[in-house]
Amino acid sequence: MKILVPIKRVSDPDNANKVKVSAAGKIETTGLENKPNPFDEYAVETALRLTENGTNPKARLGEVVIVTFGPKDTETTLRGLLATGADRAIRVDVTDDQLDGDILARALKAIVEKEQPDVVLLGKQAVDGDSNQVAQLLAEYLGWPQATFAGSIKSDADKALVIGREVDGGTLNVKVTLPAVVSVDLRIVAPTSVTSMHTPATHKYADGVRFAALMAIMAAKKKPLVEMKLADLTGDVGLKITYKGAELPPARKAGVKVKNVQELVSKLKNEAKAL
Amino acid sequence: MSNVLVVAEMLDGHVRKSTHSAITFARKATAGGGTFSILVIGAGAQAASGELAAYGAQKILVADDASLKNYICERFAPTVAAVAKAGSFDVVTATASSYGKDLLPRVAAKLGAGYAPDISDVTPAGGKLSYKRPMYAGNAYGHAELTTAIQVVSPRQSEFAAAEPSGGASPSEVVAVTPPDAAASRVEFVSMESAKSERPDLGEARVIVSGGRALKEQFAQVLDPLANALGAAVGASRAACDAGYAPAELQVGQTGRVVAPALYFAIGISGAIQHLAGMKGSKTIVAINKDAEAPIFQVADYGLVADLFQAVPELVTEIKKVL
Ligand SMILES: Cc1cc2nc3c(=O)[nH]c(=O)nc-3n(C[C@H](O)[C@H](O)[C@H](O)COP(=O)(O)OP(=O)(O)OC[C@H]3O[C@@H](n4cnc5c(N)ncnc54)[C@H](O)[C@@H]3O)c2cc1C
Ligand SMILES: Nc1ncnc2c1ncn2[C@@H]1O[C@H](COP(=O)(O)O)[C@@H](O)[C@H]1O
Repeated sequence: MKILVPIKRVSDPDNANKVKVSAAGKIETTGLENKPNPFDEYAVETALRLTENGTNPKARLGEVVIVTFGPKDTETTLRGLLATGADRAIRVDVTDDQLDGDILARALKAIVEKEQPDVVLLGKQAVDGDSNQVAQLLAEYLGWPQATFAGSIKSDADKALVIGREVDGGTLNVKVTLPAVVSVDLRIVAPTSVTSMHTPATHKYADGVRFAALMAIMAAKKKPLVEMKLADLTGDVGLKITYKGAELPPARKAGVKVKNVQELVSKLKNEAKAL
Repeated sequence: MSNVLVVAEMLDGHVRKSTHSAITFARKATAGGGTFSILVIGAGAQAASGELAAYGAQKILVADDASLKNYICERFAPTVAAVAKAGSFDVVTATASSYGKDLLPRVAAKLGAGYAPDISDVTPAGGKLSYKRPMYAGNAYGHAELTTAIQVVSPRQSEFAAAEPSGGASPSEVVAVTPPDAAASRVEFVSMESAKSERPDLGEARVIVSGGRALKEQFAQVLDPLANALGAAVGASRAACDAGYAPAELQVGQTGRVVAPALYFAIGISGAIQHLAGMKGSKTIVAINKDAEAPIFQVADYGLVADLFQAVPELVTEIKKVL
């Protein structure tokens, strides 16, 4: 099986490092940690699990091609994922402000047509823009089936996948015949979420994504990484969504600590009138 | 002036309550002029469509067909796009549930429309609509505009209060079901697994009791009595879901459900930004955590530093006294 995984480098806020908004109303991410979008790391892990025998992961039984749209320094992110096991990488040279989900999907379509993967595996959302759309747009442009928010994937035969989609009311199981576009959810990296035809059913992976060994980091420097130009992939580069400004969320006013359960209940009843 | 098409979501033969948030969005987006209609789509849509007759829609459009029994995007999207085109709608909307999030981008691609996902507000400004969107796990809001004539938008259920009926009876009209995408033959519905529960849905509950990793295998044993006493929905942190203490669909947060109940209990939850992103719009927040430094206390109106295994049973007893 050949799998294409689009990955995004994101600036990730945490409890200490917050997003700022400049006087001109632009979101500032200086000081935030740059890392691969977590969902995309999960997609790479999923792709690796589908193209190996889990009991002997060194022998590759398929191909995983990763692609990012970003400036030169996002190659560090690509190298990091090549070190965990991806086979090849592509970087399309653009900056974030030249992109929206629609341009990405159009350009990815051109890459898919060239690479002819069986599956395109994406993250369900990039955690900076929280847009949750590239997989769905790409599926429509390709005329392929889409299975979004995959919490489990079972490949019985190379030509079909049974996918457990995490939806509001529970898990919706669908069977898709390849080629298809799949976006992954958090639970996809649990020990038994991905069942590949190459791996014994009894095999359990470690929870989460695999880390690169030092040797692999060295070896990854020699794996193929090619650069492409956006203009060669899509002629239509007009943004469909633009941001005219930004603001920070209103701060919640500081609350109080209560001494005990009795005081909590009394405050909820009499002060907040919430009971 | 905008004319808005609301796409309803069906569940078990009825219109799902989440739809009422998209109606609220439509009312707001047409406040400066324009009308909205509602498309009820799915097997049994005809029978369910009456549930939306009194919300002030210009028309209720009904696409009812046996082939629409189980939701498959490749079967629904072509009809939604065709109805949007035929009615010359300017805006197509569905609430940002897992249904809206799966369906709308595919519809947008068919229409050549820009898509504004997961918005928290809409302002009609000078003939244009401006959309406010939470980004970076709710740590910033962007003001977005779509550059296309036809626009696709998914509003958040937690930010658009469920619409109340406004009276009257909208006329209903049957619309043709467009043939599915070719790709539909390559997607097959297998099954839906849901832990049927008598509790309210997270998106609709007035009170939510959420638990974190700290609950361990006693998740239900500790939280159920509290949720039962309050008639509350149960939520969970990612860590609790990943560990299997709670089903995945209960996850609250940036990448789970976004909720804004009148009262939210965070029990044994540290308060990572990804969790806060899903609940900090709640009216009153209570945190119970044994670590006085836990970040959850920064957003809690009432914080109790205590061992939850003692505090929660006590809380159940005390709450029963005052209810
Ligand atoms: C891409 C991505 C998406 C994510 N999306 C989400 C999301 O949507 N929702 C979400 O919740 N998280 C999400 N997370 C995970 C998030 O970062 C945190 O890891 C998670 O919220 C932690 O869950 P927790 O608070 O239950 O566990 P922990 O952080 O382990 O906290 C447990 C808390 O329980 C307290 N405690 C322990 N024992 C007791 C006791 N006996 N009595 C009282 N208190 C006790 C501890 O002091 C601690 O504060 C996401 C992460 C990533 C990378
Ligand atoms: N700049 C990018 N380069 C490559 N892939 C991307 C990029 N942006 C988004 N994606 C992919 O699209 C998925 C969904 O992103 P989004 O729809 O923007 O939330 C991500 O998880 C990635 O797999």
